[in-house]
Amino acid sequence: MDNLQVYLIIAALLFSLGLFAVITRRNAIAVLMGVELILNAANLNLIAFARFGGMNITGHIFALFVIVLAAAEVAVALAIILNIYQNFNSINVDEAQQLKQ
Amino acid sequence: MNIFLQYTLLIYFLPLIAFGIQIFVGKRLPRQGDWVSIGAVLTTLILSLALFAGMLLNYNPHFEQNFSFTWLETANFKITMGFLIDNITIIMLLVVAIVSSASHIFSLKYMAGDPRYSRFYAYLSLFTFSMNGIVLANSLMLLYMSWELVGLSSYLLIGFWFEKDSVANAGKKAFLTNRVGDIGFFIGIMLLFTAIGSFSYSDIFAGVADGRITGTLLTLAGIGLFMGAVGKSAQFPLHIWLPDAMEGPTPVSALIHAATMVAAGVFMMVRVFPILTPDAQILIAYIGGFTALFAATIAITRTDIKQVLAYSTLSQLGYMIMVVGTGAYIAAFFHLVIHAMFKANLFYGAGSVIHGMHHALHDLKDHKTDPQDMRNMGGLKAKMPITFWAMLISSLAISGIPFFSGFLSKDAILAGTLALVERTHSHHLLLIFGFGAALLTAFYMFRMIFITFYNQPSRPQIFARMKESPRAMLIPLIVLSVLSVYIFYTLPNINPLSDKGWFTHLVEAKESLVPGGINPTVHDIEESIHHSHTPAMITSLIVAAMGLLLAWLMYFKKTLSAEVWAKRLKPLYNLSYNKYYIDEIYNKVLYRPFLKLADWVAYLDWNVYDKYFINGFGKVTVWLAKIVGIADYEGLDQGVVDSFGRGTKRLGGSLKKLQTGKIQSYILFAALAVVIILILQVL
Repeated sequence: MDNLQVYLIIAALLFSLGLFAVITRRNAIAVLMGVELILNAANLNLIAFARFGGMNITGHIFALFVIVLAAAEVAVALAIILNIYQNFNSINVDEAQQLKQ
Repeated sequence: MNIFLQYTLLIYFLPLIAFGIQIFVGKRLPRQGDWVSIGAVLTTLILSLALFAGMLLNYNPHFEQNFSFTWLETANFKITMGFLIDNITIIMLLVVAIVSSASHIFSLKYMAGDPRYSRFYAYLSLFTFSMNGIVLANSLMLLYMSWELVGLSSYLLIGFWFEKDSVANAGKKAFLTNRVGDIGFFIGIMLLFTAIGSFSYSDIFAGVADGRITGTLLTLAGIGLFMGAVGKSAQFPLHIWLPDAMEGPTPVSALIHAATMVAAGVFMMVRVFPILTPDAQILIAYIGGFTALFAATIAITRTDIKQVLAYSTLSQLGYMIMVVGTGAYIAAFFHLVIHAMFKANLFYGAGSVIHGMHHALHDLKDHKTDPQDMRNMGGLKAKMPITFWAMLISSLAISGIPFFSGFLSKDAILAGTLALVERTHSHHLLLIFGFGAALLTAFYMFRMIFITFYNQPSRPQIFARMKESPRAMLIPLIVLSVLSVYIFYTLPNINPLSDKGWFTHLVEAKESLVPGGINPTVHDIEESIHHSHTPAMITSLIVAAMGLLLAWLMYFKKTLSAEVWAKRLKPLYNLSYNKYYIDEIYNKVLYRPFLKLADWVAYLDWNVYDKYFINGFGKVTVWLAKIVGIADYEGLDQGVVDSFGRGTKRLGGSLKKLQTGKIQSYILFAALAVVIILILQVL
C-alpha cells in the first residue's frame, strides 16, 4: 500500500465510477454526485502525486482548493437543479432536452 | 531624267489622268470634259511624233532603252516592271496615238448627244492608257496587267449601250471568250517564270538562250502565250467574240476591234518571237492561216457593213499570226501597222455611212430599218464623196493593190509564207490559206464598195435624206486615207513594188534564241524570202485582180448574178451565211452541255446534297441533341446532381439523430473520443 500505482488505480476507478454516474443516472442529484466522485478522484490524484511525486505542499493546497470549489459548485448546481425542477416539474435529466430543438 | 523616260511617262500616264478626271468630274465640266481626253490623247500624239522623229533622225536599228524598277521583292524572287523603248515600241506608240486621236475626234460628232458622253471619253482614255501599257511593257507582268485592262475597257466600250440585251451580251461574250485565251496566256507566262524566275523580256530571252527551259516545256510556254493572242486577236476557235463586238459604237470598233487591241496579240507574238520553238511556230502558222481563209469566206456573205469589216479584220489578223508562224515575223508587225491605218479608216468610213443612215432614218421616223444593212444603201457615192474616196482607198489598200500600203505588207506576208514552203518543201496548205484569203479579200471589199456606193439607191427616200458627215468625222478619214498610201512606209525608197525603206531598215528581225539551231537563222529566212518575193508578188496581184474582177462582174456590171450563184452553191453559201454554224456548234457542244451540267450539279447540290446530307446532318444533330438532353436531364441532373443532394440530405438526417439534446450522451461521446485519442497515442 505504499506506492503510487495503487492510488492512481483507485483514483481511476473512482473517476470511472463518477463518469459512469454522470452518464447513466437520470436523477440530476445523482449526476451531481457523480461529478463529486470525479472531483474526488482528481483530489486523490493530487494528494498521491504530492506524496510520491515531489509536488510537496502544492498538491495539498490544490486539493483544498478543489474541495472548496466543489462545495461552491454544488451550491450552484443545486440552484440549477431547482430551476430545472421548476421548469420541467422533474429533475430527470432525460426530460431536459430542449437543446435538441 | 532621261528624255525618253520623260516622254514615255507622259505618254503612259496622261490618258490615265484624263480617265480619272473624266470618270469623276467629267459630267460637271464644260462640254462634259471631252477636251480633257482629247487634249491628253493629242499630247500623246505629239510626244509620239517627237519620239518617232527622233527615231528617224537616229536611224539606228539597234536602238534600245530599258527602264525598270523593282515592283515586288521577296526572299525568293524579285519582280521588276518598266518600259522597253525600241523602234517597235516607238512605231506602235505612234500607231496607237494616231488611231486613238482619230477615234477621239471622230466621236465628237458620232457620240454627240449620248447620255453617257463623258463616260465614253473616260473609257476611251482608259483604253489608250492600257494599250500604251502593252506597247511599253518590258516584262510579261506589266504586259499581262495591261492586257487585262484593255480587256476591261473593251468590255466597257462594247457594252456601252448596255440597255440593249444584244449589246450587253456581246460585251460579256467578248470578256468571257478572252478569259479562255488568257488562261493559256497566264499558264505560258508562269511556265517561263518558274523556269527562269523573271518576267522581263531580257531575262526570259537570256534564260531561253541558256537552255533553262527547253523542248516540250518551251513549246508549251510558246503555245500558252499564243493562246493569249488567240483570244485577244480573235483567232479561230476563239474568234466568235469579235463580230459580236461590233455592237459597240463604231469609233470603238475602229480603235479597239480593228486597229489596236486586237493587234495586241500579234504585237505580243512579235515581242516573244525569239523564244518560239518550231513546233509552236507551225501551230501558230496553221491557226493564223486557217483563220485568214475561214473568216474571209464568211465575210463574202455578210450584209451588215460592220460585219463585213469585222470578218475582214479576223482574216487580216489571221494573216499576221500566220506570218509570225512562218518565221518572217517582221512582216506581221509591218502588216499590223499598215492594217491599223486602213482598217481604222474603213471603220470610220462605215461609221460615217451609218451616221448618215441613222440621221436619214431619224428624219423619216423609221426605227425598223437597220442603218447598218448594206441592202438599204446604194449609190451613196454621190452623197458622201469624201467617205467614198476614203473607203475606196482603204479597200484598195486591204486588197493589196500597188501604190497602196496594204500591197507592201501583204506581199511581205505572202512572200514569207512562200519562203517557208520553199524552205521546208511542205506546208503547202498555208499557200492555199494565204492566196485564197487574198482573193476573197479583194472580192468582199469591192462587193461592199459596189453595194454601198454604186448602183441605184435601193431606198430612194433614205437616199434623198443622206448627206456627208460633219467635218470632225471627215478629218480622221482624210488623214488615215493619206496614210494608206505606200510612200509613207517605204521612204526614202519610192518604188511602189518594193517594201525596202525606213521600216525594214529600222525594224530588224531578231535571231531565234531557242538552243540547238532548230529554227532557221534570220539570214536563211531573208534569203528564202528574197527568192520567193517575185513569184509571191505576181501571184498575189493576179488573185487580187481576180477577186476585184469577180466583185465588179457580180455587183457592178451584174453580168454574173450573185443570187444565181448563191443558189448554185447553196450548201457552201449556207455555210458561209451561217458562219459555219460555229456559234450554233458552240451552243450545242459547249454551252448547252455546260448549262445542263450546271443544272445537274445544282440539282445535286440542292436536292441531294442539301436535302439529304445537310438536312440529314441537321436531323441527326437534333436527334443526337435530344438523346444528350435526355441523358443530361435524366442521367446527370436527376441521377448525379440530385442524388448528391439526396445523399447529403439522408446523411444529414441520419447524423441528426446523434444530436439528441441529452447532455449525458454528449459527455459520453466526449469521453469516448478522449479514450480513442488516448488509445491512438499509446499505439
